[in-house]
Amino acid sequence: MKYFKTIQILKADDKKLTEISRSGLLSLNLAEMKVVQAYFKKKKRNPTDVELETIAQTWSEHCKHKSFGAKVTYNGKVMNNLIKETIFKVTQELDRDWCVSVFKDNAGIIKFDNKNCIAFKVETHNHPSAIEPYGGAGTGIGGVIRDIMGVGLGAKPVLNTDVFCFGPLDTPYEKLVEGTLHPKRVFKGVVSGVRDYGNRMGIPTANGAVIFEEGYSCNPLVYCGTVGILPVDKCFKSVKPGDIILSIGGKTGRDGIHGATFSSIALDKDTEVSAVQIGNPIVEKKALDVQLKARDLKLYRAVTDCGAGGYSSAVGEMGEETGAKVFLERIPLKYDGLSPWEIWVSEAQERMVFAVPIDKLNQFLKLCVSENVEATIIGEFTNTKKLELFYGKVKVCDIDMSFVHGGGPKFELEATWNLKHNEEPANLPSGNLGASLKNILADPSVASKEWIIRQYDHEVQGGSIIKPLQGCVNDGPGDACVTRPDLTSKKGVAVGNGINPRYGMIDPYWMAAGNIDEALRNIVAVGADIDKIAILDNFCWGNPQKPDEMGGLTRACIACYDIAKEYGTPFISGKDSLNNEYMDSATGRRIAIPGTLLISSISVLEDFRKTCSMDLKKDGNLIYVIGETFNEVGGSIYYKTLGSIGNSVPKVDAKTGKKIFKAVNAGIKSGAIVSCHDCSEGGIGAAAAEMAFAGGLGAAIGLANVPGAENISRDDLVLFSESHTRFLVEVEHASAGKFEEIFKGLKVARIGKVTKEEKLVVDGVKGGRVVNESIGALKEAWQAPLRNP
Amino acid sequence: MHSKTLVIRTAGTNCDYETVNAFKVCGAEQVDLVHINSLLSKEVNIMNYQIVAIPGGFSYGDDVSAGKILANEIKYKLYDALGKYIAAKRLIIGICNGFQVLVRTGLLPGFEGVDELEFTTLAHNVSGKFEARWLHLRTEDSKCIFTRKNKPVIYLPIAHGEGNFVTLNKKVLDKIKANKQIVFRYCDRKGKVISFPENPNGSQEAIAGICNPDGNILGLMPHPERYMTRYNHPRWTREDLPEEGDGVFIFRNAVEFAKKYL
Repeated sequence: MKYFKTIQILKADDKKLTEISRSGLLSLNLAEMKVVQAYFKKKKRNPTDVELETIAQTWSEHCKHKSFGAKVTYNGKVMNNLIKETIFKVTQELDRDWCVSVFKDNAGIIKFDNKNCIAFKVETHNHPSAIEPYGGAGTGIGGVIRDIMGVGLGAKPVLNTDVFCFGPLDTPYEKLVEGTLHPKRVFKGVVSGVRDYGNRMGIPTANGAVIFEEGYSCNPLVYCGTVGILPVDKCFKSVKPGDIILSIGGKTGRDGIHGATFSSIALDKDTEVSAVQIGNPIVEKKALDVQLKARDLKLYRAVTDCGAGGYSSAVGEMGEETGAKVFLERIPLKYDGLSPWEIWVSEAQERMVFAVPIDKLNQFLKLCVSENVEATIIGEFTNTKKLELFYGKVKVCDIDMSFVHGGGPKFELEATWNLKHNEEPANLPSGNLGASLKNILADPSVASKEWIIRQYDHEVQGGSIIKPLQGCVNDGPGDACVTRPDLTSKKGVAVGNGINPRYGMIDPYWMAAGNIDEALRNIVAVGADIDKIAILDNFCWGNPQKPDEMGGLTRACIACYDIAKEYGTPFISGKDSLNNEYMDSATGRRIAIPGTLLISSISVLEDFRKTCSMDLKKDGNLIYVIGETFNEVGGSIYYKTLGSIGNSVPKVDAKTGKKIFKAVNAGIKSGAIVSCHDCSEGGIGAAAAEMAFAGGLGAAIGLANVPGAENISRDDLVLFSESHTRFLVEVEHASAGKFEEIFKGLKVARIGKVTKEEKLVVDGVKGGRVVNESIGALKEAWQAPLRNP
Repeated sequence: MHSKTLVIRTAGTNCDYETVNAFKVCGAEQVDLVHINSLLSKEVNIMNYQIVAIPGGFSYGDDVSAGKILANEIKYKLYDALGKYIAAKRLIIGICNGFQVLVRTGLLPGFEGVDELEFTTLAHNVSGKFEARWLHLRTEDSKCIFTRKNKPVIYLPIAHGEGNFVTLNKKVLDKIKANKQIVFRYCDRKGKVISFPENPNGSQEAIAGICNPDGNILGLMPHPERYMTRYNHPRWTREDLPEEGDGVFIFRNAVEFAKKYL
C-alpha cells in the first residue's frame, strides 16, 4: 500500500499550478505555488501530498496573517509591513514593564502580582459557525481555551468572553441567500454551542456583546476569548533536541480537515461541513486537569495546542528551531481509513502537544493513566532543522523547517480609501423624544441579553465581583466584569470590549479609534487605571485582495497606532480573520461583511473592592455627565432606528480622553462616584435610562448644561449623540466638592439628580420637557425584544 | 478531633477550586483535592477524613444522566469504604452535580443508609434550559448538621439545567417530611416559599436541598461556595451586607462539628 501521493508540480505551468492549488483546497496563490515549485526543483523531486498540505496549512492566511504582514501601498504611501508599523509598534514604543509576553505565544501575558501572571486571547470561529453554528461556536470557545492552556507552560482558564455578530433575527425567509442558514438558527446554535462548551469546562462567561446587522446574514462573526492565570515562572517555553513529542487528549478524525485553508477563502453554498471540528469539552477538561498537574511537577519543557492546521502547525511551530520527527501511524484515530496527510492536518479537537525531557516521560505517562487521559508518544524533536514524517517505515515528508516557516513570498497589496457620502435621515423627529428613546433601547444590539447571559454560568470558580447583570433586581446592563482569578489575593481583573461596525461604514479609522475608546471606558467605568490597561485586536474583514477592503483595513490599523499610543495602552495579542465573504451563486455576487474590529480590554485592579456598578443607588444623589458632547450621530443607533448611517461619525480625542479616564479612576477609588456608566450606543439618553431602571429609581436631567450642547441646536442630537469618552456618574451630595475637585479643568457638568419617582424626565437645551417616561416602560422596551427569541 | 476534608474530583468536575477554598476559609485543618481514581485504587483512604465534598460540575459530561457515572463508581466500587464512613456518621456534602451524585448513589434520601432504589431524582428544569441566577432559600427545620447554625433565609446562586427535585411517589415525599430531611426550599426575599415559575426548576414543594435521616449527608442545588464574602453578592455595591457571605455557615457548621465530635 502506498501511503502518499506524489503531486506533479515540477513540470506544471502556471495554469496547472493554479489548478493544483484550487482542486486541493490549498488556498495558495500562483506566486506561492511557484516558490513551492522552485523549492522542489532544487530538491529534484515532486512533493508528496503530505508536504504540500503542510506548506498550505502553515502558509494559510489563517495561520500566517499574510495580509497583515504584507507590504501595503495605501493611497500611494508604502508601508513595508502593515502590522509591524502599526499595532506591534504601539507595544514596542510603549514598552510597558508589566507586559510579560506579547504577540509571540498563543496569548498575551501581563503581570498580576508577584506570584502570578494573566494571559488573554481572543479568537474567531466565523466560517465554521456559519455552516454548523452549534459545533462551530463550541469548538471556537474550545479552541481559544486551548490557546490559554498552550501559552507559556500553560495557564488555568478563569474567564470567558463572547462577542457575536448576526444578521437580523426577523429576516424574512425569502430574503435568505441560497445556502445560508437563517440568522435565528445561527444565533440559537451559536449561543447553545458556547454554553455547552463553556459551562462544561467550568469557566465563567461574564462579558460579551451581540450585534445585529444585515451585513452578517451570510457570514456571522463569533469571537471567543479566554483569560487565564499562570505562575510567573511558567510564562516561557523551550524545546531541546531529544525531547519526546507527546500528544494528550482527543483522538484524530476526519473532522476539521482543511479548517485553516477553508477559513482563508470565501464561503459558498457547496462548502463542506467536514471542515468543522467536533468538540468534546470533557476530554478537554481532563487534559487541562492533567496538564496543570504536570506543569507544577515540571514534567515538560514546552506545550502548544493543536488548533488550525492540527499537528502540522503545533509540531511545526514547536520544532521550528530544532527539527522534528513524527511517526504518523502512532497517532490514535477515531476510526480507520485516514491517509497520512489527513492525520497530519486534521483539526480534531482537544489535543495538546508537549516537549517532554526523556527522564520525565514515565512520570508524565503515569499521571495521564491515573486520570484516564490518553497520551501518545508521536515522535521526537531533532537537531536536523528538518520536518520529517514517517508512516511506518515510509518517509512521507522531508522538508526544511526554514522553508516551511520562512519560505513564503511576501504579499504586496494595494489599498485605497475614499470617503463616501451617506444619506442623512430625511426627517428627524421633533418634539417628544420618549418614543425615540424606546426605539433605541429596543434595538436588538442594545436590548437586554439576559436570555443569553443566564444560560452561561458566570459565577463558577467563585471569583465573580462585578457581574454582567446589575442593579436592584440583578438585570441592568453592566459595562464590564470584574473577577478574582486568585481567591487568596486582593487583586482583581477587569475585562471589557468595544465593537461598533456602523462607524466603520462611514470611516474604519474612526471605528477603530472609537472601539478602542469604548473598550477602555468600559473597564475604566469599573475601576481600571488607564496606565494599566492592555488591549487585544481582532479584525474580521472581507477580501484583502480588493483595494478598497484593504484600504479600510489599513485605515483601521493606522487608527490603532494613533489612539492606543496616545492612551498608552499596548496591544498584547491579536488575530485576524479575512475573506469573510459569501459567494451568492444565484447572482454571482460576493457579499462581504462590514469591516469589523473587536477591541478587548483587560486590566489588573489593585483592589477588587474599589470598583463600581452602573445602577443608580439613592434618590437625591447628583448626576453628572463627564466629557464633551458633539454633533456626532453618524453610525449611531439613533440613526439606525431612522434607517440611516449618516456621516458625522464620532471622533476620539485621546489626549483629553486620557485625563478624563484618570479622573474617573480617581473618582471611583476615592468613593466619590457611586455609580458609573459609559455613554455608548444611544448616548446620554440610553445611559440614563439604563442606570435608572437598573437601580429601580428615577432620574431628572436637563440637557442645557451638557458640555457641548451650546453648539448643537437639537435636543435629540444632544441626547443621542455617541461622542466618545463620556460617562454618566452618580455622586452623593456630600462628595460633590471632592468630585468637582478631581475633575477640575475637565468638561464635566451636573445635569440632574436621582429621584424617588420612578420616571426618567429630560428637559431640553432650551427648557421644555423632551422625555417623560416611566422606568417600567423603558425597561420593558429594552427587555422585550430578546426576552424569548 | 479532626476536620480533615476530602474534595473528590473526576473528569468534568469544575467547582473544586472554590469548594477547597470554602473549607480552607472556614478553618478545616487540611483540605485534599483527590481524583476518584486515587480512592478506587486505595491510594487514598476515605476513612482518613471527617468531611467529604462532591463539588459541582459535569462529571463525565453528565452523559447517561447527570452524576450517574460517578454515582455508580462510588456506589459499586467504593461500597465497603463508604459503608464504614457513613456508619461512623461522618459528613458528606454534595453541591449541584454533587447533589445529583448523592441522589443517584442512594446516599440521599438514604432511608436505608445507601438506598437500593433511587427514591428521588433531579430531573431537567421545567423551563428546559440551563439557568444561572441568585435565589433566596428558606432554611427548614431539619436534622442537618450543615445548617445547625444558620439564618432563616439565605441568598445563593444556582447554575444548573437539571435541578428539578422529584420524589418517586407521595409516600417518599411524606417520609422525607416526617424525617425532617428537607433542608432548603426556594423562597422569596421574606421567606415565603415560591412555586413554579418563580421556583427556578419546578422542584416539588420548591425543595432545593435535602439531608439523610441522620443529618450528616447534605445535598443541595445552590452553590454556597460561590458566596463566601459580601463582594460575591450581586448587589454589594448598593446594599449594606455583612462581611461574610451566606455560604460560609454551611461549611463552618461542618468544620466545627467535625472538630468537636469526629
